[in-house]
Amino acid sequence: MRKRKASGAPPLEPVARNGLLHRRALLTGGVVFAGAMSTGAALNGAAAEPLKDPEWSLMPGEVTPVLQKPSRFEAGVVRILSNPKGEPRTQHARAPLQMLDGTLTPNPLHFTILHSGIPDIDPEQHRFVVHGMVKQPLEYTVDTLLRYPLVTRKHFVECGGNSAGMFSNEPVQATVQQLHGLVSCAEWTGVPLSTILDEAGVDRKAVWMIAEGADDLLVSRSVPLKKGYEDAMIALYQNGERLMPGNGYPMRLLLPGYEGNMNVKFLRRLMITDQPAMTFYETRNYSPLLPDGKAYRFYFVQEVKSFITKPSYGMSLKGPGYYEISGLAYSGSGTVTKVLVSADGGKTWGNAAVEGPATPKAFTRFRMSWRWDGQPVTLTSRAWDDSGAVQPLRADFVALRGVTKEPVKSPYAFPNQHYNSLTAWGVDSKGEIQHVYA
Amino acid sequence: MSTLKSLSYRRPEIAGLAVALLLAFAFGSANARAADAPHLGKPVSEADIKAWNVTILPDGTGLPPGNGTAADGVKLFDTKGCSLCHGQAGKGGVANMLVGSPSLTAPGISANKTIANFWGQPTTLFDYIRRAMPWPTPRTLSDDEVYAICAYLFAENKLIPADEAMNAQTLPKVKMPNHDNFIIKFPNRI
Repeated sequence: MRKRKASGAPPLEPVARNGLLHRRALLTGGVVFAGAMSTGAALNGAAAEPLKDPEWSLMPGEVTPVLQKPSRFEAGVVRILSNPKGEPRTQHARAPLQMLDGTLTPNPLHFTILHSGIPDIDPEQHRFVVHGMVKQPLEYTVDTLLRYPLVTRKHFVECGGNSAGMFSNEPVQATVQQLHGLVSCAEWTGVPLSTILDEAGVDRKAVWMIAEGADDLLVSRSVPLKKGYEDAMIALYQNGERLMPGNGYPMRLLLPGYEGNMNVKFLRRLMITDQPAMTFYETRNYSPLLPDGKAYRFYFVQEVKSFITKPSYGMSLKGPGYYEISGLAYSGSGTVTKVLVSADGGKTWGNAAVEGPATPKAFTRFRMSWRWDGQPVTLTSRAWDDSGAVQPLRADFVALRGVTKEPVKSPYAFPNQHYNSLTAWGVDSKGEIQHVYA
Repeated sequence: MSTLKSLSYRRPEIAGLAVALLLAFAFGSANARAADAPHLGKPVSEADIKAWNVTILPDGTGLPPGNGTAADGVKLFDTKGCSLCHGQAGKGGVANMLVGSPSLTAPGISANKTIANFWGQPTTLFDYIRRAMPWPTPRTLSDDEVYAICAYLFAENKLIPADEAMNAQTLPKVKMPNHDNFIIKFPNRI
């Protein structure tokens, strides 16, 4: 058993107010609730209709397609586009995280942001070069990189502007997908960048690498060389298949835990330098403004964060009884070690089950058993990682980073960047769920 | 690329490889990684990459020869379509406001970041216009035209006199008012 820290350590039974249950009690069946018994009896009593074979059980099924698609009954599980008509501006496609479970985002649902459409890149003709402060500039094709020893790692990628609606002074009524859908997690396979850097022979005085994509804007970001030797990868596969076009086909830079925009897609050039390039994206869009008018620069890390995906805004509870509270936790600075869940807006907390093995800079699924008594409650979660980082409470976060002076009208607006504080859902006595600040 | 040139690059590698192999033999496999590397990258020269090397560094490295003034830039801003998205005289439209210096604090943390009130380096403007603008026909402007549009935007923002030409010498020296207002969030990761 992992040792609990003295601060905030919850007792085992009951774990926290408003019906949060210790998971072990349910898994072993060691605890029986009178209420649960009667609810179960009622449900059994309602199943009066005799079971029959439905039509699909009485005829052969459909022809097998070469490429599987989800059931037609799951047709609503799609991304939301911020720019559905494809106007000449950025297109954000947000992942439907509250409709998914587990920790991997299916490739067709992985979030994407494209500032000028998806380039149609022929992998035969694509070239990647590394040059600048190196002994020997080198050029690679996709085929040559596929011959290298590959590694597979599970990592989330999150836009620096994800959850920007949370900077609103009043809570924006929006779903998890609308608020937090600019993060996804996949198993990425590719060539460790250090291999390529070693082959080119990096000058000892070099500190930065300027990464650039082959899209028409040549999106470019300065990345510390240190990250290149730590865990950066040239990713070629996403969840076992080649990258989705919107995720950077045929190759992208993967910088585990670092701001999404730095993970340059359609990677075509790495220039090794002794100074950052101060590109448009790093010095304007992703330099978050602070309340005093100063701004953060080089906010590389997507810091420790969690949010409850189920139940959440847009869902409703069907009467009192048992529910599982579940959500996602992740950290760009390490491995999630602990998630606490509260059903009373943060007054008392229970230790959620963190599904393992939790791995660094990847989604971790947390689960908490809950028996709702039908009274109004406020659900929220808070995550810790093994570097010692803690998801900040909202009051502390707002004191440092500020909020807007006017309510944010659209969940797709970007009033600021790098929100990693809490998200809270208020459940009323009817089971309807609102986004609230707690 | 001449064979001779490739050879002159490869010689030290071969020597290094021999040392690595010796070390690997002597101390186990920890040092064998360099020897194991596939070395499938094709050696090229900086001259081969020149057309792709559009990065401008803050010290001016990468700025091409050429020259432009606001008088030319004001015309290009309309004829090249900049004003379609950025508004007349760069006052803002579907794309970012480029001219003007609204307060960074009055509207709170969602203030409009412009060249004059926010951007820290003048070189970012040349770099971004040359690589990405005008939408949707990037890299169709000549270097003179990019300098002219930069001169126009700097002059409209009162960062340079209206008649000052922008070129590889003058552009990196433009003083940006917000230059010193940035805090590096993770200095230990650089």
